[in-house]
Amino acid sequence: MFPQAADWVRSMTTFAFALLFLASVAGYLLNLRAARQLQGSGARLHSLAGFHGGFSFLVVLVPGFIVLILWLLLQGAVINALVLRSLPPGTTDGLDPGAVQLIVAEIRQIAGGRIFGTPEQWKIDAAARLTALRDTSATLMVVVVGVMSAVLLILSRMRVSPDFRARQGTEAIVNGLMIFCSTVAIFTTIGIIASLVVETWRFFGMVPWYDFLFGLRWEPQMPIRADQIAAVGAFGWVPVFVGTLVITVVAMTVAVPVGLFSAIYLNEFASPRFRAVAKPLLEILAGVPTVVYGFFAVLVIAPALRDFGVWSGLPIASNTALAAGSVTGVMLIPFISSFADDTLSAVPRALRDGALALGATRGETVITVLFPAAIPGIVGGILLAVSRAIGETMIVVMAAGLIAKLTINPLDSVTTVTVQIVTLLIGDTAFDSPKTLAAFALGLMLFVVTLGINVLALRIVRKYREIYD
Amino acid sequence: MADATQTGIGPRPVDWTSEEIGARVRRRKASEMRLKMVGLAAIGFAFLMLAILMVSLIATGWQAMTQTHVRIDVTYDPALINEANPARSNFRQMLQNSLVAQVPGATAEDGRALLGILSNAAQFTMRDRLLADPSLVGRTVTLNVPASDPYDLLNKGLIDHETPEELRRVKDNEIAFFGALAAQGRVTKPLNTTLLTSADSRFPELAGLRGALTGSFYALLTCFLLSFPIGIGAAIYLEEFAPKNKASDFIEVNINNLAAVPSVVFGLLGLAVFLNWLGLPRSAPFVGGMVLALMTLPTIIIATRAALKAVPASIREAALGVGASRQQVVFHHVVPLAMPGILTGTIIGLAQALGQTAPLLLIGMNAFVTAAPATPFDPATALPTQIFIWADSPERGFVSRTSAAILVLLGFLVLMNGLAIFLRNKFERKW
Amino acid sequence: MNDMRIAERTVGTNAAKISARGVQVYYGETHALKDVDVDILDRTVTAFIGPSGCGKSTFLRCLNRMNDTVAIARVEGTILLDGQDIYDKRIDPVQLRAKVGMVFQKPNPFPKSIYDNVAYGPKIHGLTRNKGELDEIVESSLRKAALWNEVKGRLNDPGTGLSGGQQQRLCIARAVATSPEVLLMDEPCSALDPIATAQVEELIDELRENYAVVIVTHSMQQAARVSQRTAFFHLGNLVEYGETGQIFTNPKDTRTESYITGRIG
Repeated sequence: MFPQAADWVRSMTTFAFALLFLASVAGYLLNLRAARQLQGSGARLHSLAGFHGGFSFLVVLVPGFIVLILWLLLQGAVINALVLRSLPPGTTDGLDPGAVQLIVAEIRQIAGGRIFGTPEQWKIDAAARLTALRDTSATLMVVVVGVMSAVLLILSRMRVSPDFRARQGTEAIVNGLMIFCSTVAIFTTIGIIASLVVETWRFFGMVPWYDFLFGLRWEPQMPIRADQIAAVGAFGWVPVFVGTLVITVVAMTVAVPVGLFSAIYLNEFASPRFRAVAKPLLEILAGVPTVVYGFFAVLVIAPALRDFGVWSGLPIASNTALAAGSVTGVMLIPFISSFADDTLSAVPRALRDGALALGATRGETVITVLFPAAIPGIVGGILLAVSRAIGETMIVVMAAGLIAKLTINPLDSVTTVTVQIVTLLIGDTAFDSPKTLAAFALGLMLFVVTLGINVLALRIVRKYREIYD
Repeated sequence: MADATQTGIGPRPVDWTSEEIGARVRRRKASEMRLKMVGLAAIGFAFLMLAILMVSLIATGWQAMTQTHVRIDVTYDPALINEANPARSNFRQMLQNSLVAQVPGATAEDGRALLGILSNAAQFTMRDRLLADPSLVGRTVTLNVPASDPYDLLNKGLIDHETPEELRRVKDNEIAFFGALAAQGRVTKPLNTTLLTSADSRFPELAGLRGALTGSFYALLTCFLLSFPIGIGAAIYLEEFAPKNKASDFIEVNINNLAAVPSVVFGLLGLAVFLNWLGLPRSAPFVGGMVLALMTLPTIIIATRAALKAVPASIREAALGVGASRQQVVFHHVVPLAMPGILTGTIIGLAQALGQTAPLLLIGMNAFVTAAPATPFDPATALPTQIFIWADSPERGFVSRTSAAILVLLGFLVLMNGLAIFLRNKFERKW
Repeated sequence: MNDMRIAERTVGTNAAKISARGVQVYYGETHALKDVDVDILDRTVTAFIGPSGCGKSTFLRCLNRMNDTVAIARVEGTILLDGQDIYDKRIDPVQLRAKVGMVFQKPNPFPKSIYDNVAYGPKIHGLTRNKGELDEIVESSLRKAALWNEVKGRLNDPGTGLSGGQQQRLCIARAVATSPEVLLMDEPCSALDPIATAQVEELIDELRENYAVVIVTHSMQQAARVSQRTAFFHLGNLVEYGETGQIFTNPKDTRTESYITGRIG
């Protein structure tokens, strides 16, 4: 009895967008024709006829589009609230927000035609109300958009006159649109910070912040019963962070020497032919998605390390930090090498010539003159690579461990911040358990740490560029 | 050079021909050679890793290019047909009986083992045939169905016969039955078209990438539709119109920092804002595309600004000189000239988005869905998350399929990057 | 050209330090230098003059094989230093460059301390056995470059912190520190103000007592002031080579005359 309703909402939504678009085109054509007629009657227009059309097009389209998007984004929350309020008294009294959410989810399921078992009658009634509200909302949306378009269409048509500065009007709207586009980056940052901080705040309401920051145990097992909340799980992030550092150190041990020596060779010794082949090949290494590296670590590197452990008698754990770390390192080789290559190339030729003219070999030139001159830039690049290693997710999710163990032994199995975020949030998530919210607290720490490193690195790199520009 | 000591009049005369200097130069040359060798070894190491990566993927992936099929004759036994609801007939028993009859030396007790040779799909194929043609009751038809995963591996020689029987997934007698079927010419190994035409399945022999490919397509489409106009708009504004003030600086710093935010943080953003606060559907490619768009935006903005910057000022001045407004200059002259660079940057950004996994995992695009999504709002997986799911699956047959899926993903990436390079080379202008 | 002082001439008594025969240089397809024959005399300042792109700097860079560092450059012909072909396979450019020092157009001190800049050459060539000797070399080189009094109190400050003229003299000190036999200077004063230029010119005159100095210059006045012999290059050809006084007062080639009187270039 319900699925048709979804169809109604869907076709109404499509209709609303189509209506808006058609109205905008109509506005364009109407104003264009009006302007042309004015021209035909000998009037000298301030702006070209096309601008009159464009003005109307934008005046109709932009507000309508904003209303539509906001409507679609917000209607869910409004309808939920209305349905909740209409529930018979006593059904939600004394329930915590999580349980209420569950009820809403069940009502939505029923409305979607997926009925499990035999729900109470009041839930079925609520589902019917939900469906009705959705239909009303969709219809109302079309009406609002239609009326708005018509009004704007008429208003913009009335503006057509020889003195109307349609070009300025159009350009002002376009300018506004472009400013909005520029601010999307800011909204994204705000969104990231807001979501992380809000959820972390809620997390600290359940688990004290000092337990999180200084606790040495990380055991986020889901409590089985509601009254166990925060009684069982331990949320000290120190072992997780130490694990992240262990893997980062392993990765850097691979990536920094290999990357730097590759860069030195490519910059100083390689023939142009070799360079032309080698650089794109290294770039391939940078373009491989991390999930592929993760599979590579599981398929090839981890078994090889295990076999080596058996052969040599070293106590290498089955998902040792070495596997995930070294593969992360391989991923970062091209990053470091191309950064170092660029930085070495940016050292002025005069310095290189100066050293060579004194009789230094190429090797001495690069080690004693170019490299020291490039050090700030290279350090900045390495810091950026460190921030990438810390934020790297898929390789560690697939190849590192899940159990947080406070150790700095790279042969052992460790877990990382990103691994914990993903494992805590994979599968169904309820936004009221410390387990889910802990992931956001970890995310906030990850964001703060990587942002700090990035800002520092970019500052160093910029300083370096200023010296030689 | 006997007079070298007389004419060399630095602070201290030096005999450049002396044995001491000669030995030192040889030492210096040797150390330079060592540096060169270390550099070459470093590059060699990187290439070796790339080679091992590719070889291991291809070596395991090509196994998934074919799929063992078994041809058997099955009888629609009227005794086992459910008259009232033919779809609920006992197809398992019919298959079992037919197999026992056709495998030499097999008895009724072996029926269960024999049934294991065939994929689960066999019964559904039988059912569908019957529903399509009810007159099949009582008749015998030839079915060509996929073999189940262990037998597929057996047929490809991936099961070590030396392993003790109790540790092997196929026992000695089962190997013998399969051998008997093969001897009758009933076992074939055609191209594995399922890999591209089917969606996910719990059974490796039935699993395919269609759902993941569709999901990735919808996600990338959403990503493109959002990030391309917004990115270009932002870049044009920042490069051409924005006043040089604190606000513009702030936006710029913001964009640069966003480019370096770990991908998993974008996943958290999507989960908290899009799913939890706005109540958008979970696992939907549309939401995945929105998250990817936010991640791709900095790439597109940075590339577009570089392309705009490369257009020489003389063109702007020329257009301004004939009385065009600043917007007309930008949209009529500068942007068209910068388009190849913008497109190149966009394609590279989309290629990066195609490989993103972590943010999609967090918004639930690792759902187990056995059908391709019909719209961008239906639950789906994407190519990289499908790879993650398969890599995590215990069935051995998924190992080769994971590699094959990776090869498909890498194929798309090569295509996209190739297109970007082609565009760059074809339209690159030197001013 | 009335302010032109013609330097005192002591020409003809010294032996040839460098003799070039039939030198050709190609940059890719471009024939940058055509068939140049020159003898550079010891303890003499030789100036190379000519319009931009005439090949004078190119020829200078042949003399210490700096053209080797340009991938597309190709040098033909013979250049003898003390009778030995410097393009011989057995000659190591590293050692050659220690013997033939070079000072560049733009001062290019390394981003190191003043002391380390001067000590760089002696260090890499292993010219000293202990710190005392190195200190001595640094001091005498800085004195030779007339910079000692200005920097002796701050030898550990970065060389990049000096003024332009000081930087260039630091680069001269750096070149002198390896005890070269020939000093090549590629427009050493073009980035300097007149006072610094005068200081460097004075220095060049002093260096002549010990070195064969070759200086490329744009300024004919400078060539006339500091050099004893002058070579005029035009379009990759060595047009005329002789005593500075003769080149400036009585050129044999009409092209030289046109250049000197300002009609070409």
